[in-house]
Amino acid sequence: MKNEVVKEKIGFGVLLLATLLVVIPVLLIIWLILSKGWSALSWEFLFTMPRDGMRAGGIFPAIVGTFYLVIASIAFSLPIGVLAAIYLSEYAADNLLTRIINLAIINLAGVSSVVFGLFGLSLFVIFLKFGVSIISGALTLGIMTLPVIITTTREALRAVPKSYREVSLSLGASRWQTIRHSVLPFALPGILTGAILSIGRVAGETAPILFTVAAFYLPKLPHSLSDQVMALPYHLYIVTTQIPYIPENFRFGTALVLVGLVLIMNITAVIIRSKYRKRK
Amino acid sequence: MGHAEKKRCDMTDRREANNSSAGQVDHPDPKIKVRELTIHYGKVRVLNNLSLDIQKNEILSVIGPANSGKTSFLRSLNRLNDFEPNIRMSGSILLDGRNIYKDLDAEGLRKRVGMIFALPIPLPRSIHDNITYGPRLAGDHDKSALDQLVEDSLKAAYLWDEVKDRLRSSALKLSGGQQQRLCIARTLALKPEVILFDEPCSGLDPISTAKVEESMMELKKNHTIVLVTNNTKQAARVGTRTAFFLMGDLVEIDSTEKIFTAPADSRTNDYIIGRFG
Ligand SMILES: Nc1ncnc2c1ncn2[C@@H]1O[C@H](COP(=O)(O)OP(=O)(O)OP(=O)(O)O)[C@@H](O)[C@H]1O
Ligand SMILES: [Mg+2]
Repeated sequence: MKNEVVKEKIGFGVLLLATLLVVIPVLLIIWLILSKGWSALSWEFLFTMPRDGMRAGGIFPAIVGTFYLVIASIAFSLPIGVLAAIYLSEYAADNLLTRIINLAIINLAGVSSVVFGLFGLSLFVIFLKFGVSIISGALTLGIMTLPVIITTTREALRAVPKSYREVSLSLGASRWQTIRHSVLPFALPGILTGAILSIGRVAGETAPILFTVAAFYLPKLPHSLSDQVMALPYHLYIVTTQIPYIPENFRFGTALVLVGLVLIMNITAVIIRSKYRKRK
Repeated sequence: MGHAEKKRCDMTDRREANNSSAGQVDHPDPKIKVRELTIHYGKVRVLNNLSLDIQKNEILSVIGPANSGKTSFLRSLNRLNDFEPNIRMSGSILLDGRNIYKDLDAEGLRKRVGMIFALPIPLPRSIHDNITYGPRLAGDHDKSALDQLVEDSLKAAYLWDEVKDRLRSSALKLSGGQQQRLCIARTLALKPEVILFDEPCSGLDPISTAKVEESMMELKKNHTIVLVTNNTKQAARVGTRTAFFLMGDLVEIDSTEKIFTAPADSRTNDYIIGRFG
C-alpha cells in the first residue's frame, strides 16, 4: 500500500520535472530577449528606416515585410489547404491514390525549410519569372505551411461527430450543404489552430525567403507583390552575423519584435477562434 | 357516431391487409415494397433476402436481438447506407412503386422518408434553427412561413408548450426527452410521408417514452411509420404489425396481436418471452 503511494509520488515528480524542463527554456528565452532587447524599443526603432548601414535608425521595413509575407502566404495556403483537406477527408475514396497523397503530405511536412527555399527559387523566381518578390516568397512559405494546415484541418473535420453529418443528410441536405452547414462551422476553431501554428512558422523562417524575397538592405516599403522586402528573421541574421559594431540591444530588440509580432497575430487568431467556439 | 363507424371500417380494412401480407400476398398498394433485399458489409452478410411490404398509415415495429440487421434495414430505406464505404446491396425497395435507388434522388427521398435516431442529436444551434434546417436548405426562406412551420411541428411533437418561450435558445439545453421530441419536430418540418424510428426511446425515461409513443400514435394518422425497437413491450403497445428479425433473417411478420399471442415460429416466441437477445 505504502509502496504504491511512494511510486505515485515519484511518478508525479518525474512528470513535473519534464514539464519544468519544457517551461524553463521558454521562460529563459523570453527573459533573455526582454532584458537585452527592451531598451532598444522606441518609436524610432519600430517605425523608421534603418540608417548607417543598419547600425542606427529602425527596422520598420522588416516589420512590414514580415507582416506582408505572413498575410500573403496564409491567404494562399489557408483556402487551398482547407479545400484540399475537405476533399481528402469528406469526398476522396480510400484508395491507392488517396494514400499516396496522404503520404506525400506527411513527407512534405518533414522537408527542411532550405529545400523549400531552393524549390521556390527554381519554380517561382526563375521558371515562372516572378523574380525575387513578395509573391515568390509568400508562395514558397505557403507551400511550406500547407501540410500543417491540411493536417490540422483534417483532424478538425474528423472531430466533428459523424452523427451531425447523418442528421443533416437525413434532413434532405446534400453532401456539400452538410459540409458547409453542419461540419465546417464546428471544425472552424480547429482549422484556425492550424492557421495559428502556420503564422509562427511563416514569420520565423529564414531559409525559404532567403532566395525568394528577402532583401539585405532596402530602406523603403514595398509597393506591389513583385517588390522585394526586408524580413525580420533575415534581418536578425544579418545584424547578428554580418554587421560588426552594432549595438547589442539592436539584435535582441529585433528578436523581441519578431516574437511580439507573432504573439500579436496569434492572439488575434485565438480571439477569432474563441468567438467561433462561443457561437456553438 | 358516423365518424366512429368510419374508423372501425378502416380498422377492418387494415386487418384484411395484414392477413394478406402475412401470407406474402401483395397488398394492392403498399407504401414501401421491399423485395429480396440483401446487405453485405464487406464479406459479412447482415440482411438476407428480405421481402416485406409496409402499408400506408401503419406502424410497423421491427424487433430482434442485437446485430440482427434492424438498423441496417432501416438505413437502407432512406439511403443513409449510401455512405458506408464497403457496403454491398442487392434487391429492390419501392416507394409508391418507384425504385428508391434508381428512380429517385437521395436528397429528395430523404425529405419524404424522415429518420429519428436512437440518441437525440440536436444540432448545436437554436431550437428554431434546428427545425428550419431542412426547409431552409431546401430553399424555403419565407420568415413567417418558417415561424408557422416551427410552431406546427413542435405542436405535432408535443413540445410546443414547453419551449415556445425560448425558441432562440440552444437546443442543447433541452432535456433528453425534449431533445428527442425536438428531433421528431425537426423531421416533421420536412413534411415526410414515411418516418423511420431507430430505437427512439432507448435513452429516455418512462414518461418521455410515453410522450414519444403518444406522438407516434398521432402521426400514424397521416404517416407511414417504421419503428425499430429493442423494447418488445413498446412494439406491442404501438405496432400495427410487427416483424421479427434474427441474424439478418426475417423470421416472421404479422399483426402485432398475432406475434405477441400466437406466433407461428417458435423462435419468435422464445425472443418475446425473453429466452435470448
Ligand atoms: N458500417 C458498418 N460496417 C460494417 N459492419 C457493420 C456496419 N454497420 C453495422 N454492421 C454490422 O452489421 C450487423 C448488423 O448491425 P445492425 O446495426 O443492423 O444491427 P441491429 O439489429 O440494429 O442491432 P442493435 O439492436 O444492436 O442496434 C452487426 O454485426 C454490425 O456489426
Ligand atoms: Mg440498431
